[in-house]
Amino acid sequence: MSRTDTSAMSRMQTLARNPAVIALTLALALAGCANKKNLPNNAGELGLGGGAGAATPGSQQDFTVNVGDRIFFDTDSTSIRADAQQTLDRQAQWLGRYPNYAITIEGHADERGTREYNLALGARRAAATKEYLAARGVPANRMRTISYGKEKPVAVCDDISCWSQNRRAVTVLGGAGM
Amino acid sequence: MMKRSFIRLMIAFAGMAMSFVPAYALVEININKGNVEPLPIAITDFQSGNELGAQISQVIAADLQRSGLFAPVNKAAFIEKISNPDQQPRFEDWKVINAQALVTGRVTREGDGRLRAEFRLWDTFAGQQMTGQQFFTQPENWRRVAHIIADAIYERITGEKGYFDTRVVFVSESGPKTARQRQLAIMDQDGFNVRQLTNGNDIVLTPRFSPNRQEVTYMSFEGDQPRVYLLQLETGQREVVGNFPGMTFAPRFSPDGQKVIMSLQQEGNSNIYTMDLRSRTTTRLTNTAAIDTSPSYSPDGTRIVFESDRGGRQQLYVMGADGSGQTRISFGDGSYSTPVWSPRGDLIAFTKQSGGKFSIGVMKPDGSGERILTTGFHNEGPTWAPNGRVLMFFRQNAGAGGPQLYSIDLTGYNEQQIKTPAYASDPAWSPLLE
Repeated sequence: MSRTDTSAMSRMQTLARNPAVIALTLALALAGCANKKNLPNNAGELGLGGGAGAATPGSQQDFTVNVGDRIFFDTDSTSIRADAQQTLDRQAQWLGRYPNYAITIEGHADERGTREYNLALGARRAAATKEYLAARGVPANRMRTISYGKEKPVAVCDDISCWSQNRRAVTVLGGAGM
Repeated sequence: MMKRSFIRLMIAFAGMAMSFVPAYALVEININKGNVEPLPIAITDFQSGNELGAQISQVIAADLQRSGLFAPVNKAAFIEKISNPDQQPRFEDWKVINAQALVTGRVTREGDGRLRAEFRLWDTFAGQQMTGQQFFTQPENWRRVAHIIADAIYERITGEKGYFDTRVVFVSESGPKTARQRQLAIMDQDGFNVRQLTNGNDIVLTPRFSPNRQEVTYMSFEGDQPRVYLLQLETGQREVVGNFPGMTFAPRFSPDGQKVIMSLQQEGNSNIYTMDLRSRTTTRLTNTAAIDTSPSYSPDGTRIVFESDRGGRQQLYVMGADGSGQTRISFGDGSYSTPVWSPRGDLIAFTKQSGGKFSIGVMKPDGSGERILTTGFHNEGPTWAPNGRVLMFFRQNAGAGGPQLYSIDLTGYNEQQIKTPAYASDPAWSPLLE
C-alpha cells in the first residue's frame, strides 16, 4: 500500500463528511477555482463507486473512508479542533479494534510560512495528534511521527480554501497488519 | 551523478608591467555612500579570431550590471573601434559617450592549447590605465576567466572584493506542486554551469556552503528520516551529522567550518544545537518549549542570530555563541524568520511576513535600522554574496509555477532574476574561492 495513492482519495472522503466543506468546495468550483486544485471529478474517483459500505472492515479503505485519515488545523496553530477531535476519536477506536496496525502521523503546514519554521510546525502538529491519540488509548510504541513542513501540499491554489486543506496531520497505516 | 569533480583550474596570473600610474582622482565608486548612481562603463569585445571575445565581454558586462554599481554602455554607441587593445584608446571618443571607464582586451590560444585572456581598464576622464592583467586557463573555463576579470574591474573601481567568481548551491525543483521533485544543484553565481548533486529520490532542503572546504551541509528525508547531512562536493561522499533522537534541520556551518549549528526537533519543540565536526561532541544552546530555528553565526563566531516563536510569533533573537544572553532584536509589525548574518558583520538579512506579504529586508545586529528591500506575494530565504553587498533569495509568485531565484543589491533598486533551467529555491552563496 503506497502512501501517495491514497491521499487524494482520502482527503475527499474526509471532506465528504463535512457538509460545510462541501458547500465551500462547490462555491469555489462555481467561481472557477476548482480546476487549480487536484480535486477528483466524480464519485468513481472518490472511491464512492462501490459505496462506502463496500470497504472491508479493518482494511485501509475502511480506515480512510469510514474513519477519516486526516485532521486540519488553523493558521500557525497546533491545537486539535473540535471537528478534529471527532476524527481522532474514531481513529483511536478503530486502531483499538485492529491492534496489528502501526501508524505514522505526518504533520504538514501550508505554504504561507518559511521553510524551516514550517518543518517545526508540521512536527508540532504531528506531536499534538500523537499525544491526543495516546490519551485515547493508542500505545505510543505503535505511533511514529514525521514532518514534511510545507513540502507536500495536497491542494494547490493561492487562497485559504487550499491553505486550510494543507494544514493537516495525516494518519498513515503501516506496520505488521499490512 | 556525484562523480563530477568540482572545477579545478589553473589560472596563471601575471600583472602586466605597464605604464601604471598610482591612482589619484581616478574614477571610483564609494559604495558606502548609499544610493549609488551606476558608473557608465564601456566594455569592448575582446579581440579574438572567433566569437569568444564578444562572449567574454558579455559575461563581464552582465556581472557588473547585476551588481547595481555599473551601467554598461550600449555597444551601438561606441565610436572608436579598438584595433589594438594594448594601445592607448582615443579617450575623447569614450568621454563623448559618457563612458567613464573603458575595458579593452584580447583572448588568444597558447601553443599548449591554453587560453590566454588579457584586459586593460582605462579611466577615460583621467586619460590613463587603471589596471592591466592577464590569465591563462583551459578553454572550457572561459566563463570563469570572464568572472575573474569582472572581479578585478569591480575591485579596482570600488575598492572592495568582487564576488563574481563564486558558486551558488540551491534546491532545483521540478514537477507539479503536489509531487515536486527536489535535487541539490550547484551553479555559477550568474546561473550558468548548473550541475545536479543529488538524484531527486528524496526531499532535500536548505543546502549551505562550508566557509573553507568544498563541502555543503543540507537536510534530506532519505529513508523517511529527516536529518542533516554533509556532502563532499569533489567526491560526492555523504554522511549524517550526529546521531540525534529526532529530526535535525536548518543547518549552517560556523565561520571556522568546524561546527554545524542546527535545530533538533523533539516532540513539539525545536531547540538549537551545535556539533563539533572533529570531536563529534554536541552542545545544546537553547532550551525552550518553542520553535527555535534558522541559526546563523556572526562572521567573528562570537554571536548567533536565530528565529523563535517563544514570544508568540516568530521573531529574531541574538545570543552569545554559548547560548548566553538571548535577546530579541526584531520588533516591527509582523513576523521575522530565516535570519542570516552578513559576512561583513554589519547587517542581518531576514524574511518578513506582514499583511499577507513576504519581504526580504536587513537590520543591524541590534535590531535598529530595519530596511525592506523587496516585497511581494512570497519572497524567502536570503543569502549574502561574500562581500556583503548583494543578496540572493527565492520568490514564488501567485498562481501556477514554482519558485525562482533573484538577486538584489543593498540599495533595493537593482533586483534581477537569476535564470535557472528548472524552478529553484534555497540559494546559498559560496565563499570566495581561492
